[in-house]
Amino acid sequence: LTENSNQNANVVGGRLSSVEHLRAWDKNAVAEVVEYRGETTIVVPPELLRATAARCRDDASMQFNLLTAATCLDRHPYEPRFEVVYQLVCISRREKLRLKVRLSGKEPVIDSLVPVWPGANWLEREIFDLFGIHFNEHPDLRRIVLPDDWEGYPLRRDYPVEGYRDIPVMPLGFVKTSI
Amino acid sequence: MTTVETAVGQAKTMVLNMGPQHPSTHGVLRILLELDGETVVKAVPDCGYLHTGIEKSCEDKTYSQAITLTDRMDYLNPLGNNLVYCMAVEKLLDLEVPKRAQYIRVMMVELQRISSHLVWLGTHAIDLGAMSVFLYCFREREEILKIFEMFAGQRMMTSYIRIGGVALQPPAGWRQAIDRFLKYMPSRVDEYETLLTENRIWMGRTKNIGYISAEDAIALSMTGPTIRAAGVAYDNRKLFPYSSYEEFEFDVPTRTDSDCFGRYMIRVAEMRESLKIVRQAMGKITDDGAIKSEAPGIVPPAREKMKTEMEALIYHFKIFTEGFSPPAGEAFVTVESPRGELGCFIASDGSPKPLRVHFRSPSFINLQALPKLVEGQLISDVIACIGTIDIVLGEVDR
Repeated sequence: LTENSNQNANVVGGRLSSVEHLRAWDKNAVAEVVEYRGETTIVVPPELLRATAARCRDDASMQFNLLTAATCLDRHPYEPRFEVVYQLVCISRREKLRLKVRLSGKEPVIDSLVPVWPGANWLEREIFDLFGIHFNEHPDLRRIVLPDDWEGYPLRRDYPVEGYRDIPVMPLGFVKTSI
Repeated sequence: MTTVETAVGQAKTMVLNMGPQHPSTHGVLRILLELDGETVVKAVPDCGYLHTGIEKSCEDKTYSQAITLTDRMDYLNPLGNNLVYCMAVEKLLDLEVPKRAQYIRVMMVELQRISSHLVWLGTHAIDLGAMSVFLYCFREREEILKIFEMFAGQRMMTSYIRIGGVALQPPAGWRQAIDRFLKYMPSRVDEYETLLTENRIWMGRTKNIGYISAEDAIALSMTGPTIRAAGVAYDNRKLFPYSSYEEFEFDVPTRTDSDCFGRYMIRVAEMRESLKIVRQAMGKITDDGAIKSEAPGIVPPAREKMKTEMEALIYHFKIFTEGFSPPAGEAFVTVESPRGELGCFIASDGSPKPLRVHFRSPSFINLQALPKLVEGQLISDVIACIGTIDIVLGEVDR
């Protein structure tokens, strides 16, 4: 038992787990289930994300009413490159669940969850700002922490931590060409 | 017939730019207010003036180096930030922390909660025109900072909580120092209440101002005192106990009025509850015992060991040069910060540097609800509403 063990409230006593509820609702909604350190992650196909999230919130046996966090991680150079992660909490049953969507680097677009949780608004704006992922039907998709004219998406792995603006420009005469 | 009113035309509203240097925004927050006379029609917060890219910087640091960065996010709750980050790394490593270190962590974090609420109360009162409360609050906060200095050698950016435990043994005389604080603090909290709770001006400025329903608060992902004032007993210390909080007896104060006054009352009640927890933690902390877990290669060895054992010296060198590599995986840990649910999501790819560190900062997400709180209210109420959300811009922008 570690210090964190109480946070893993996924122990199910005599009733179906949320994963099985989702499977029973739509077997395609659960592409993969990852259990790690007592946390449950459900990988959802991108096209089913909004329906699955709404189901997680509205189903009487799940009731994940609080979207506590949403973020993204970049597995560059592997494909599918982006993983958008949503952390859900069911306050009444003390349960946590993570939904994950894998997106390719070529055209990272996903349905917005603002129609399901209005609180997703700023969370998704932050992901858009720092990772450049587009959210369909988001009411106000613009940068939130960076200036509006910022170039690039800083939290992508191919964006350097330092020295992005200060690469010295080589004078043309010194550029080695093969021609 | 032309009157002065019709002569100005149909433009009924004006846009007022509040901030980013407005003193009541507690930092650099800009809010665009569309006003109809003195009534706010629309409010659009604009943040990012304090963005420092802490999450990006974490990707280029080893796991133990990034602790100092977490101090600087929410500068009124550095110990809480240390705690959530260290707990996330410990979860990735599956590392157990000795009980004594857990109690020390609880005690420090609860002291931090009192000091954060004191800063909040003082600045919020000064925003609404009650000058003297500020001076009293900062007097007591100073005593807490002195305790932190005793423990960590630093007043604010303590970095006291480390991966696997805490940095140092409690210093000589710590019991007396905290005892003295616990003796006078309850009467000081009463003192603040005499100044404010039944004060007619205070009630007029805060009662029925900035109402939000419990459903809206949950839908907008609000947490902390704001959601508890709306009647939802959502407190991570009770719901998902961490760091042995399940062994402590305390109440989670809730109210149903959900206005600025209710949020003020919740925070005052929370200060009293935190004093109870600190008292209990002091009783649980034994005079000797381990403050770090035994994990060679992850937790730096004791100084004495390094002078006598070669392995200890090698581990010390390896920890501070290449760091350690947790197995690939993800962990999300939440704690209850003074402002709400503070979360840390870490993804490891098996290398000594994290693949991604994300902080679920309560200030940022609670700030999102500001338009909901202020629209339809008077412009002077905007200041009361920003105050009771209790934002720290360092954490909003990270």
